[in-house]
Amino acid sequence: MARDAVMREVTLALPMVPEMEIEASKTATAIAESMRMSPDRIDEVRMAVVEACINALEHSRATDREVYVTFEVLGEAAPEKLRITVRDTGVGFSPADLAEPTIEEKLKSQRKRGWGLKIIRGLMDEVEIHSGSEGTTVVMSKLR
Amino acid sequence: MTESLNVTVDRRDGLAVIYTEGYINNQGGEEIARVAYKLIEEGFRVLLLNLGGTKIVNSIGISILIEIIEKMIEIDGRLGFCCLTPTIEKTFHIMGLAQYAPIFSDESTAVAQLRS
Repeated sequence: MARDAVMREVTLALPMVPEMEIEASKTATAIAESMRMSPDRIDEVRMAVVEACINALEHSRATDREVYVTFEVLGEAAPEKLRITVRDTGVGFSPADLAEPTIEEKLKSQRKRGWGLKIIRGLMDEVEIHSGSEGTTVVMSKLR
Repeated sequence: MTESLNVTVDRRDGLAVIYTEGYINNQGGEEIARVAYKLIEEGFRVLLLNLGGTKIVNSIGISILIEIIEKMIEIDGRLGFCCLTPTIEKTFHIMGLAQYAPIFSDESTAVAQLRS
């Protein structure tokens, strides 16, 4: 599709160390600002990137201990959409087997965590999750 | 790379306001919880979390805030939030926190409502 032409692409390979998600969020902010995305939408992108990176850090068990984050500015004459792909080479999971968290359930449970995907879906315009034995890839997009 | 969180408290006649400045991640959430539980031990039953100095949170930090909400329900206390960025407020709504801890746009409204 012409409107999905990649105008600009940046990839980061981030070591899985505490707060590496902040580095990814800073790059997301810089690229979204260059597209003239509104500040509120940039904040939403930033938070979704943080959550996707934390999920990889916490759950992937990737032996290379890296998270790969690709930012693509899509559009034809002008930037229209920011697509962000967060990939790890870990053990994968079955998204269909994950129950959607609710506050009522979490208030009664010992385990309060497990909100990342729900937050990402709530903040981004499009989200796809591909996961298998070779790792997990989260592809999320936000219109400018 | 570290983004630390500063937490300060203003104790006011039965209500305490907890101010945060910085990133609320797991360490930040634990620091807020430590401060909140100390205030509860001191006898405070109404807490206001003013997140005006926080521009970014993560779900692990918010999960610890859910533990504080649970504790406040247990002691029949009241907890509110104020001065959130639009994205943090949207995130709290996505997670359903606002059903158990009201969100206010500014501190004076929050204090008046939580006291009433």
